[in-house]
Amino acid sequence: MKKAIFLLAVSSLLLISCSQKTSLSGAGATFPLPYYNLVFKAFTENAGIDVSYGGIGSGGGIRSLKDEVVDFAGSDAYLSDEEMAEMKATIHVPTCLGAVVLSYNLPDVSSLNLTGDIIAGIYLGKITRWNDAAIQAINPALNLPDKAITPVYRSDGSGTTFVFSDYMTKINKDWENTLGTGKSLNFAHGIAAKGNPGVAGTISQTEGAIGYIGSEYAFALNSPIAYMQNAAGEFILPSSLSISAAAQEGIADDTRSMITNSSAKGSYPISCLTWIIVYKDQAYANRSEDQARATLSLLNFILSPAAQAQTTMVHYAPLPKEVIDKAQKALSEITYNGKSL
Amino acid sequence: MSDKIFRSLLLVSALILLLIFAGMFFSLSKGAVPAFREFGFFGFIFSDKWISGTGQSTEQYGALAFIAGTLMTSILALLICLPFSLPVAFFVGEYFRGKKVAGVLGGIVDLLAGIPSIVYGLWGFYALRPLIQSLGLSEQGFGVLTSSLVLAIMIIPYAASLSAEFIRMVPQELKEGAYSLGATRAEVIRNIIFPTSFSGIFSAYVLALGRAIGETMAVTMLIGNTSRIPRGLMDTGNTMASIIANQFGEADGLKLSSLIAIGLLLFLITAIVNFLGRLMIKRHSV
Repeated sequence: MKKAIFLLAVSSLLLISCSQKTSLSGAGATFPLPYYNLVFKAFTENAGIDVSYGGIGSGGGIRSLKDEVVDFAGSDAYLSDEEMAEMKATIHVPTCLGAVVLSYNLPDVSSLNLTGDIIAGIYLGKITRWNDAAIQAINPALNLPDKAITPVYRSDGSGTTFVFSDYMTKINKDWENTLGTGKSLNFAHGIAAKGNPGVAGTISQTEGAIGYIGSEYAFALNSPIAYMQNAAGEFILPSSLSISAAAQEGIADDTRSMITNSSAKGSYPISCLTWIIVYKDQAYANRSEDQARATLSLLNFILSPAAQAQTTMVHYAPLPKEVIDKAQKALSEITYNGKSL
Repeated sequence: MSDKIFRSLLLVSALILLLIFAGMFFSLSKGAVPAFREFGFFGFIFSDKWISGTGQSTEQYGALAFIAGTLMTSILALLICLPFSLPVAFFVGEYFRGKKVAGVLGGIVDLLAGIPSIVYGLWGFYALRPLIQSLGLSEQGFGVLTSSLVLAIMIIPYAASLSAEFIRMVPQELKEGAYSLGATRAEVIRNIIFPTSFSGIFSAYVLALGRAIGETMAVTMLIGNTSRIPRGLMDTGNTMASIIANQFGEADGLKLSSLIAIGLLLFLITAIVNFLGRLMIKRHSV
């Protein structure tokens, strides 16, 4: 009897492993995770191919792709020329647009205007109180309190910090010369918290705090969001519309572009692209052609109007048509053992 | 025959453990080589600079700020835990030994050890931090003291139950001899039990210290994660475990190697602390 059960168990296990369908696995950025969860689920329902995605951070995703243990990597930062030279040929496929927002905790203030220079002043310790003349000047209608400002930043390495600091470096000379751009910076003022939820939680727990958060987390947690001055001088709230506007122009053909401080009218200045990175030639680490085709159809699905429409449901923004065209052109270059798919 | 099989099975599993230990040490050392080559072994340990980003011309990494944060929080936690765990140990191991109330107290203290550290972190974040703020001890409530308080609660069960074990081991004849000479209970504890079980109790605290050094999650949530040497108990800082937890995901190149080097140092420090603890237990039991 026991033997029979054992045999049954073994044979059913074998059966399961034999009838295994093609499935895809990826790893990387946590920034677009809410959107990917939606899109991958829809893709599985449509195509019957399972997709698993580990939100381990952009750096981890790229390491996994280098080690050839995943089908694709998600990243908030595009690969530099040096990084690309170290790897086999890769393709960047933009998947959606997001933004980094400035959230604050001031009980009686419901709408706040900010500029890049003021934020630099706050993070560099030059502007320390909320009723500072510089803040008051662009918020004439507000009666700002005489309260200390506590800047909050990310303690972990993060694409959010990268995008934020990319914008700040473009806007402010002092920032450029002291902190610069990076996934983690040595801030000298303020307090640090881990992850977007950690920063959001610390802001909501600390009166007078201000911090930068991935837009979807700020929307989901209903944190107050500041209007940011864009390059055209307008004060803009992040929204699907204003984020998409930032990607209207100036995107490179391989889509490796930062879209912060966009000069487009009505654009939110701290917007960003996020990418899925795959190898140009899909034949590596014993992957089958089915696997390669599945990867391609997933990427095509993400660029489809139906999937792009889902971006706004989770507070991201859809890619403008020009960017979709560039992405589809990149996809057409994908091969399997040199043969076009 | 079956005895032989059993013996070889035991041998194999023991060897596998040794191999895993050696493998961990090897891969950590290998990953740490670029950082040590760039900054020098002692240069890396004694530098408190942790600079990345394009603002400065070169990347610079050093472990001193994190070693300081780790030692400050764990030693402070040990000091705070002392006046709570030692009485519990005497209560459970001597005064109410074998009584129901000792069983209940001992059980509750052991339960503390079973609570996941993220829960301690959340409690510290939502309960302890506002308390520290409202007491006016620090502006934002994060820092060395906040993390040490939570760490202290986390290591109490380790220190208390192990110490109680050693207190129970003190031979009955010794205590009875002292009582028969007219010693009071306090005198027995001070002059008989404490001296006899001292090295055991000491080793219990060393092991608790080892636990505090490696604790990651709760500390990460409470220490403030600023990469510099804390300038006081109220200042924010960072520990070796939490800098790794924080920055490993997005690190590459020299930074990745530096994080692995910190991992290696943490490995060595906890190994030394645990080794000292075991040495003391050994001396005690002989």
